[in-house]
Amino acid sequence: MSAKSLTEVTYRIRRFNPERDSAPHWEEYRIPYTPGMTVLDGLWKVKELRAPDLAWRSSCRMGVCGSCGMLVNGMARLACNTQVTDLGGDTVVVAPLPNFDIIRDLVPELAPMFDNHRALQPYVIREDARELGEPTGEFAQSAHELEQYLQFSYCIKCGCCMAACPTYATDALYSGPMPLGQAHRYNTDTRDGGFAARREVLAGEAGPWRCHYAGECSRVCPKGVDPAKAIQLMKRELVLDYLRLRKAKCPAKVAAKPSGVRRPEIPDAPAPTV
Amino acid sequence: MMRDQKLWTWHLAAGAVILVFLGLHMTIMHLDKVVSVASLNPAGGHPIDWNNVVARGKSVLFPLTYVVLLGAALFHGLYGVRNILFELDPAHWLKRTISAVLLLVGVGLFVVGTWAAIAGFSLARAI
Repeated sequence: MSAKSLTEVTYRIRRFNPERDSAPHWEEYRIPYTPGMTVLDGLWKVKELRAPDLAWRSSCRMGVCGSCGMLVNGMARLACNTQVTDLGGDTVVVAPLPNFDIIRDLVPELAPMFDNHRALQPYVIREDARELGEPTGEFAQSAHELEQYLQFSYCIKCGCCMAACPTYATDALYSGPMPLGQAHRYNTDTRDGGFAARREVLAGEAGPWRCHYAGECSRVCPKGVDPAKAIQLMKRELVLDYLRLRKAKCPAKVAAKPSGVRRPEIPDAPAPTV
Repeated sequence: MMRDQKLWTWHLAAGAVILVFLGLHMTIMHLDKVVSVASLNPAGGHPIDWNNVVARGKSVLFPLTYVVLLGAALFHGLYGVRNILFELDPAHWLKRTISAVLLLVGVGLFVVGTWAAIAGFSLARAI
């Protein structure tokens, strides 16, 4: 249905209030359509006109914070990033992200995902921790080295990949595409020296071994990240590591500060504000 | 904690062994008209004619490749079955039982298969 002929939209929403309901159920709301309406805009309209107790998570409204991941017309997406007209038809079916417990209505319990994420130490690990806390310069990293992990750093932890993953749906021990993708992101970062620490988890049952390469995680990612690729690359790294063929990576050193005369057209840095 | 990393690496290695040895098997047994090696079929005719089998069986290379292929195929296949069963999320005790049963089945079949390969070799040498 084109945007011009659309005047009203039906929102079919999976509702669940643990204080009142014994099981989730579906409810329908008819709301006026306004041009440019996103699924998130529609939810606000439903809350304003029809169901003031409707609950969901959202914040930035621009596909950055990753709060509003939900199942929209059968696919895990960001509600703020999805135009109602892109769904086709005049019905929007909204449910909480699968593979997670439901706290209420469209609010999934994401704590297990972040527990797995935390277990894989998703941050730069270095022996010279002092340099991290009190930097004396910048770590040297080439553009090529940056390219190796850049796309994986675009992850906003919305949980859409976890909701789409058939392995995470069935395997309680599997860490899932987001934590594994982020572990690869840091393992590949030349500033990082934490491969051995992350291997404690990755080499076991929570590691990438159960991935079937269904590829759904990469298909649904609203930021264009390819966690399936990260997982396959991680398998390769771990196999090479077991065979003692993995190139030992020295974490990048602090780059030498540029010497010589400063070009006059470059303005001075602003004064510190804190 | 290295267990899955180790098993997966061996799984890949077994796959590579199967690829090479099964390729050899297919070439010797089924592509004899295309890739004709006289020493593999000295009696002429079909590769599984009795005289050809006996002639090949006299070489220690053949029982050796049978045993290596058997080991690789058993490990690759049974590890795959174990992975499939583990994805059904069984209880911890059931996982241990599955691993133990598959290990016993694998070792049992390997012993029987190795015995058959050695017996075939001994028979061929005696003829």
